[in-house]
Amino acid sequence: MPQEYRQILQHIDQPGYTPALECYLRHGGYAVLRQALALPPRTLPGGQVLSGPEQLRQEVMVSGLRGRGGAGFSCGLKWSFVDRKSGKPIYLICNADESEPGTFKDKQIIYKDPHQMLEGMIIASYANDVHLAFIYIRGEFVEGARILNRALQEARAKGFLGRNILGSGYDLEIHVHRGAGAYICGEETGLIESLEGKRAYPRIKPPYFPAVLGLYQCPTIVNNVETLCAVKHIVARGGAEYARLGTPNNTGTRIVSISGHVRRPGYYEIEVGKVTLGELIHDPAFGGGLREGRQLKAIIPGGSSAKVFKAGETFKLKRRGPDGKESVQEVALLDLPYDFDSLIAAGSMSGSGAIIVLDDSTDIVAALANIADFYAHESCGQCTPCREGSLWMAKALRRLTHGEGRPEDADYLAHIADNIPGGRTICAFGEACAWPVQSFVAKFRDEFIARGAADAKRRAASGRETAAPSGPPHPATAAALAQTPAE
Amino acid sequence: MSEIRPLEPIPSPLREQPDFAVPPALAAELDAVIARYPQARSASLMLLHAIQEQFGYISRQAVEWVAARLGLPPLNIYELVTFYPMFHAAPVGKYHLKICRTLSCALGGSHQLHELCCTRLGLDPRQHGPQTTKDGKFTVEFVECLAGCGAAPVMMVNDAFHEGVTPRRAEEILGGCS
Repeated sequence: MPQEYRQILQHIDQPGYTPALECYLRHGGYAVLRQALALPPRTLPGGQVLSGPEQLRQEVMVSGLRGRGGAGFSCGLKWSFVDRKSGKPIYLICNADESEPGTFKDKQIIYKDPHQMLEGMIIASYANDVHLAFIYIRGEFVEGARILNRALQEARAKGFLGRNILGSGYDLEIHVHRGAGAYICGEETGLIESLEGKRAYPRIKPPYFPAVLGLYQCPTIVNNVETLCAVKHIVARGGAEYARLGTPNNTGTRIVSISGHVRRPGYYEIEVGKVTLGELIHDPAFGGGLREGRQLKAIIPGGSSAKVFKAGETFKLKRRGPDGKESVQEVALLDLPYDFDSLIAAGSMSGSGAIIVLDDSTDIVAALANIADFYAHESCGQCTPCREGSLWMAKALRRLTHGEGRPEDADYLAHIADNIPGGRTICAFGEACAWPVQSFVAKFRDEFIARGAADAKRRAASGRETAAPSGPPHPATAAALAQTPAE
Repeated sequence: MSEIRPLEPIPSPLREQPDFAVPPALAAELDAVIARYPQARSASLMLLHAIQEQFGYISRQAVEWVAARLGLPPLNIYELVTFYPMFHAAPVGKYHLKICRTLSCALGGSHQLHELCCTRLGLDPRQHGPQTTKDGKFTVEFVECLAGCGAAPVMMVNDAFHEGVTPRRAEEILGGCS
């Protein structure tokens, strides 16, 4: 039986558990920080001496932790890239800009267990010789920012933060910085620009790798909320022990956000790769299956940027058998282990861990139109392919959802989408806006062509050869997406 | 000889607020915020949030005040007001309803919720941008993902999140806005 493995969410939603420091302390809070600060230097067999912070970084490397924000990059490696010889201060930023459509996991931590996140952040800061850190929280989390500020005050008052933390001689200050409603601030270099008080225009890499030239052109680490919480658990268990959770190269636990057409939408923490996509959707412990009489149509497996899966797809994946031998096996969509590598091998990604389930009542053209409108709204406007392309795709999809489509719109959409990503833009937003269009159009091609053809036929019957101008922009894909909300 | 006629000046989207004055207590508070950052410019978003909370919108005078406080040309503040969706250059209603438009909420009925709110308040459900009722009491706006996808549809009323907003719940929320 697949089950949740609640590590980060262990106390969240327990009756009586509050965001207050006193409650966190009653549940063993800040013991790991105490332990981390007290780590004595260790002498290796070769005579090399590892400081406490160096040992912590090594534990994170050994743990195999991969970033929980979206890219899934090794946290230990990210930390290892930090330029520690520049003589400049090193900054740490907690990315709490949670804004990938479908994702609502970090919000649970921020609102319900802020001290867990702070403890992870303080440990990560100590491990990286950081003395000033920021929490970049999305502007709409107004209450979240208040909760964090209160938690910071409590932590300062008890000596977990500020000067000479717990008598260790280590100083750290953390401040909350509020964004103001722009999705692009989730991109780490856009976030840094925003934290510098500018428009969130992502920076070009090279040379602006945050680990070398980040905030104020100083070495900077940007980690997701959940990633920083995981750091606390890695230090508590030891890196090797943490790596026993999950599956090889996909270690630990992660929180999956499930939304859309399932009976039990919500956030579920699993051992990475120990639960399949099908179980997450259908098992009573997770999504609980589709509504009565409905069939699965599609799954967006990792936030709206992830390429869509069509129900019934199968994939040829390399898998290691019990005898340790690798062989190519055919794996059905619902049998894909929910982890980083399997979803990439299947042509998509687990991204921010957000699964959006679409059943057979969904108008797939309208669903893509909805997603395309999001990206057209959120492109920062810096790079032409993304700024114009995201808008063109949204316009074409508006035509298709307002009776003004053409049969060739499917190819037109694919053509635009194919010309945005692949190094033509400064940041990965180019990929993020193109992937859904490429995958929806490729996998549901018949529906896109049929929609356009029906529109063309209707126009021909009414004596109108070409599509009329589409009129004032109007995103109401309402009729098409109409669902009766559950009471 | 043809004469060169100058064009009309282009009006600024920023409003005039001749009586703009930041209370000394708030100004002191904001100076403390600026002091948190190694570079003053970093505080610009936080200052704009505070100003908008105080006055309800960002006026030309507000832009100039924030810029002066941070030692920046006003353009560096103005460009933020136009870039970040949460800042508005015109007053909004006493109750600002932000309804999530993005996929999971749309699947959960956010278009119906938007339509219900607009119809109830005499606004145009086909309009996407913020619309304010004539009495200035309500602003309704479709916004992008609010990170509440598991309890769709989601609506914010000013700073407060409301999840799973059924039509009945929406009527209750609107009824509670006095």
